[in-house]
Amino acid sequence: MAGPPPAVIIDGVVKRFGASTALQDVSAAIAPGAITGLVGPDGAGKTTLLRLIAGLLEPDAGSITVLGSDSVTGVARFQRDIGYMPQRSGLYEDLTVGENLRLCADLHELDDETRGERLAALLGFTRLSPFVNRLAGQLSGGMKQKLALATALLARPRLLLLDEPSAGVDPASRRELWRIVREMAGEGVAVIWSTTYLDEAERCDRFLLLQNGRLLASGAPESFTGGLSDRTFLLDLPDSGRHRAQRRAARHPAVADATIQGGSLRLVLRQGAAAPPPQALGAAALRPVRPRFEDAFVSLLQGDATAPDEEPAPGTVVPADGATIVAQDLTCDFGRFRAVDHVSFSVAPGEIFGLLGPNGAGKSTTFRMLCGLLEPTEGSARVAGVDLGRARAAARERIGYMSQRFSLYANLSVRDNLDFFSGVYGLSGSRRARRIAWATESFELGAVIDAEAGGLPLGFKQRLALACALLHEPRVLFLDEPTSGVDPLMRRAFWQRIGSLADQGVTILVTSHFMDEAEYCDRLGIVYAGKLIATGRPDELKRRFGGPGRAEPTLEDAFVALIDAHDDRAGARPS
Amino acid sequence: MWCRIRSLIVKEFLMLWKDRKSRFVLLVPPIIQLVLFANAATFEVRDVALGVWQEDRAGPATELVRRFTGSGTFRIAAAYDNPRAAEDDIAAQRVKAVLHVGQGFSADIAAGRPARLQLLLDGRRSNSALIIQNYAAAIIERFNLEHIPPGARGAGLEIQTRAWFNANFESRWFILPGLAVLLTMVATLLITALSVARERELGTFDQLLVTPLRPMEILVGKTAPALCVGFVEANVIAAIAVGAYGVPFVGDILLFDAGIVLFVLSAIGIGLVISSIAKTQQQAILGVFLLLSPFTVLSGFTTPIANMPQWCQALTYVNPIRYMIALSRGVFLQDLTWSLAWPMLWPMMVIAAVTLGYATWLFARKLQ
Amino acid sequence: MTGARLPGRRFRGLLRKEFVQIVRDPSSIAIALVMPIVLLLLIGYGISLDARDVRFGLVDENPSVESASLYHSFASTRYFRPTRFVDARQAEAALMRGDIAGFAVLRGDFARKVADPLQPAEIGIFVNGVDANNARVVIGYALGTIENWASAYRRHRGQKGAPAVTLEQRYWFNPEIRSANFIVPGLIAMVMTMIGALLTALVVAREWERGTMEAMMVSPASMPEIIISKLCAYFVLGLGGLAVSVGLGIFVFGVPFRGSFPVLLLMSSVFLVVSLAMGLVISTVARSQFVAAQLAFLITFMPALILSGMMFDIASMPGWLQAVTTVFAARYFVSGLQTLFLAGTVWPILLPDLLALVGFAVLFLGVAIARTRRSLE
Repeated sequence: MAGPPPAVIIDGVVKRFGASTALQDVSAAIAPGAITGLVGPDGAGKTTLLRLIAGLLEPDAGSITVLGSDSVTGVARFQRDIGYMPQRSGLYEDLTVGENLRLCADLHELDDETRGERLAALLGFTRLSPFVNRLAGQLSGGMKQKLALATALLARPRLLLLDEPSAGVDPASRRELWRIVREMAGEGVAVIWSTTYLDEAERCDRFLLLQNGRLLASGAPESFTGGLSDRTFLLDLPDSGRHRAQRRAARHPAVADATIQGGSLRLVLRQGAAAPPPQALGAAALRPVRPRFEDAFVSLLQGDATAPDEEPAPGTVVPADGATIVAQDLTCDFGRFRAVDHVSFSVAPGEIFGLLGPNGAGKSTTFRMLCGLLEPTEGSARVAGVDLGRARAAARERIGYMSQRFSLYANLSVRDNLDFFSGVYGLSGSRRARRIAWATESFELGAVIDAEAGGLPLGFKQRLALACALLHEPRVLFLDEPTSGVDPLMRRAFWQRIGSLADQGVTILVTSHFMDEAEYCDRLGIVYAGKLIATGRPDELKRRFGGPGRAEPTLEDAFVALIDAHDDRAGARPS
Repeated sequence: MWCRIRSLIVKEFLMLWKDRKSRFVLLVPPIIQLVLFANAATFEVRDVALGVWQEDRAGPATELVRRFTGSGTFRIAAAYDNPRAAEDDIAAQRVKAVLHVGQGFSADIAAGRPARLQLLLDGRRSNSALIIQNYAAAIIERFNLEHIPPGARGAGLEIQTRAWFNANFESRWFILPGLAVLLTMVATLLITALSVARERELGTFDQLLVTPLRPMEILVGKTAPALCVGFVEANVIAAIAVGAYGVPFVGDILLFDAGIVLFVLSAIGIGLVISSIAKTQQQAILGVFLLLSPFTVLSGFTTPIANMPQWCQALTYVNPIRYMIALSRGVFLQDLTWSLAWPMLWPMMVIAAVTLGYATWLFARKLQ
Repeated sequence: MTGARLPGRRFRGLLRKEFVQIVRDPSSIAIALVMPIVLLLLIGYGISLDARDVRFGLVDENPSVESASLYHSFASTRYFRPTRFVDARQAEAALMRGDIAGFAVLRGDFARKVADPLQPAEIGIFVNGVDANNARVVIGYALGTIENWASAYRRHRGQKGAPAVTLEQRYWFNPEIRSANFIVPGLIAMVMTMIGALLTALVVAREWERGTMEAMMVSPASMPEIIISKLCAYFVLGLGGLAVSVGLGIFVFGVPFRGSFPVLLLMSSVFLVVSLAMGLVISTVARSQFVAAQLAFLITFMPALILSGMMFDIASMPGWLQAVTTVFAARYFVSGLQTLFLAGTVWPILLPDLLALVGFAVLFLGVAIARTRRSLE
């Protein structure tokens, strides 16, 4: 391909940390004037690759050429020409916005004229001008990321390295970040944008897909998904038994992937397989849809793997009586700050309810009040028929809880963890032995039973955490961002289990800032600025708020529209 | 309920044992401190470098100087013939003291007149200076007894001194029984303060709080391992003090252990209060050290509480280390009886009850 | 690595950043200025080897004018607060209870024998030896008090002075023999060690934890620039802490200062560089605040307390331990401070101490700069 020379050439790079290999023989070229998505789940090696490019690490084998110089020996030559935004933004939180920018200008020894001009331009560009004198630590997540981006852009870099800039950021800010970066790419800057969100890969000009330190695929996203264009379908699901339908579809020999997407089922067929008759899947018709990056990723991962496991053994049978969650005017104040403002909703038995919102919107606070970790300032919560205000301990016996970070005891073995959680939930004797055996078997933990939980691969950790939360056969399961950052296969396996739990009558409450996760829910509550601004089925929300005229509105469209509308009403939006 | 608590206790022990950091904190610093304190923390003065400025070379003067060198405490490091050189040597810390025998010393003795002897001491290290002066006085006392006929001594006094329980003034004998208490305090405080903070940092504390465990049960679960570790550590250090460093143990081991249990309970209470306030391990560890330095200073570990100004002494009453160090030294060296130990036991009970109660209340408030 | 063009805009920017952070972060000011005050006051008052108002028993089996006058001598010194007993067993019980630190026994024939030039009067002094050092001090005071009483008594009775050898002692540099005079200067050294090492170790560890170090490393700033800007900022803060400590020592504890202030400033500056650089070295080893705090405590605070000569005389330690003390910088600073405060500018002591400190400063700075490479490995 003729054109300008690549900004970065990665040639057979290997990087090891002790015994583990973070990157295995990765080769790629990064083009200038384009956004290259560095895509992969947590632990894939994205950060390591970025640090190698920035010259912060040295490759064990292979070499990297950055802007014409070697990344190890030529750091001094390209140091002034790269902008780098580390994962934790790298801002000084006790300096103001202006001070952070000025420090960065000093570091690059900009003269007064350029400095004034660049600062003004970037503040306008990022819409941060009103906040120049605010401490960086007091900015919202989205604004922090924009500031970090601004500092990285200050010295007009030729190469921009962004490590998960959009993690946990609200969709509106995410769009703004994209706008800024897109503009920079237009000026000829080479941008590497690392992300765990697969939908972001589609917005990139090119992508590198990493998994377990290996480069699985690279190129333009369209060419990656192109092969699936006649193999991707959507079919409508019945209101009840969605999960059973999903499992049935996933077992069909022609189907490579079946995921629930709101009220529909998304199907990816195996290569060369004929489309199954819709009736076989319990639907009226198959609608072909545009393939997504995730579809291609999953079919690549699955390759010729066998269909996912059969129907999980019914471990829990819960009577479907009034087991439910009722939140009534839940309000929580932290000092003078109202984190949650009169939130009310209820969840039916066997329903999967999702609280969706950006970080800091109040969803975690709501969640913590519902599982009894936080006392509401006002309002009440009933869980599994028990008022949390009165009989907290009784309610806790019926709750299963799995937090975002899979809060297990990392230096205890899998068996120790299971023993501990079964013990503190009061299981004893034969029931304890039976439940531990059940967990070991149905979560496939037998092989690692004596391994330390902290050293397990992410997927095992997640299964163990879920197993621990289910040992005492809870009627309500609380999940806090259960699948952010895990690879799509693991996410599917996880949600399949959750689906069958719901079928058995377990009520499930999920919090997430992650649109893909939200698609699995039966019903969603959108949380923003402490308020529940909308509830409904995912499809309903997409239809109502996703914007008229859009062929295939996404949840994110709906979300952004809802937030805009809310901000307009509140008149609080700074711009 | 017992099943729940048992699971929690088993888990706490496993965590403690399997965590490299906590194993390090429990093993390495105590060993280093034990060795350092046992060898370095001494107020004794040995091998004193003495300068001699002897203007009188006659028999009695020379004999007196010989008595200094023969005592085993002093070593003649320099001899002078003028005061300037002596002063310079003291200032430069080449000698700790200078003995000046003036002209006419022997003549005075022969004539039955009072003979004067001068000792110049480096007062910078006041304590050493006092001890050296005591040694010198003892040598001269003996010299007098032998050289002056009894009838010529005037109103004579014969003073006998005895230090009970530690006749040879061994520093180790009082440092090590105190150190056992101090190190036990550090270990227990760290274990309890860090255990909750660590769980909070890892997110497992929330996981614990959503289980049916009640505040009291969590408290008991967190207390048990620290109690065991503290108890074992105190006894091991005591055994090392006796076995390796020859400190006598004349008292009742049961009394020592009873005191240790109360003491460790009060330390756990304090640790739990710290850990229920601290959000991170970092804050917890800082809190422990912030508390530990005044606690150590105000415990009578290195210097007696009676030497402190009144307001400082008042502060020591809330310090459990104060009571346990007194108890430990008493049991080790003076065979303290239970009834004499009571004034040290009950304050620790009160401190334990208050801090554990407060910690329970803090936990309960977070849970309910 | 870019050349060390230190006096540029970049360095000024880094320096400004450090100062702004110091001003905004109350904890570093607290560590540098408030901690010295608290520690000095607490330890300065709390640790004292000077026995005062020692509760002392006087067993007087047969009260007489003589014994009453001896009791009065005990009561009139600032060292003792005597209690009278008539029976030695009562005094023993009081000693066991810890009510008194010791007692002297005057037999029933005391008055008779003390008046008789031919018969020595026996006095027994018994002290609680559990605290060995204190016991020795109490015995020394008691002997001195009794001797003073005896010579006054003899003068009063018109006896001629005893023709014995009398010892006349003079304490140089510290005539009142106050332990605070040597503990407080040592304490200043300990506090400076803590401030320097703890502060930098924590501050750098924080930059690692928050990811700002990573961002800084990718910028054109060189490692020496980053390190030296940090050192400069915390050096100023440390000097503030030093001024506070020295001020407290002189004005609150009344420790005399006999040396020269420029030498004090020079020596403290060098030591401050040593302890700041030590903190930096610690932070290159330990990238979490937790481990950093542990290490700072273990390799700076403990040696400064025990092995520096602040409390315990190095010359009295076993030989191997004396050798160990030579590798800790605090030892030289303590010796220098004690000399500057109490003795004056005694170059034979100060020069070797100063040279040793300069050596440590060069060593630790070198290690810190060599170890903090522009690398995450």
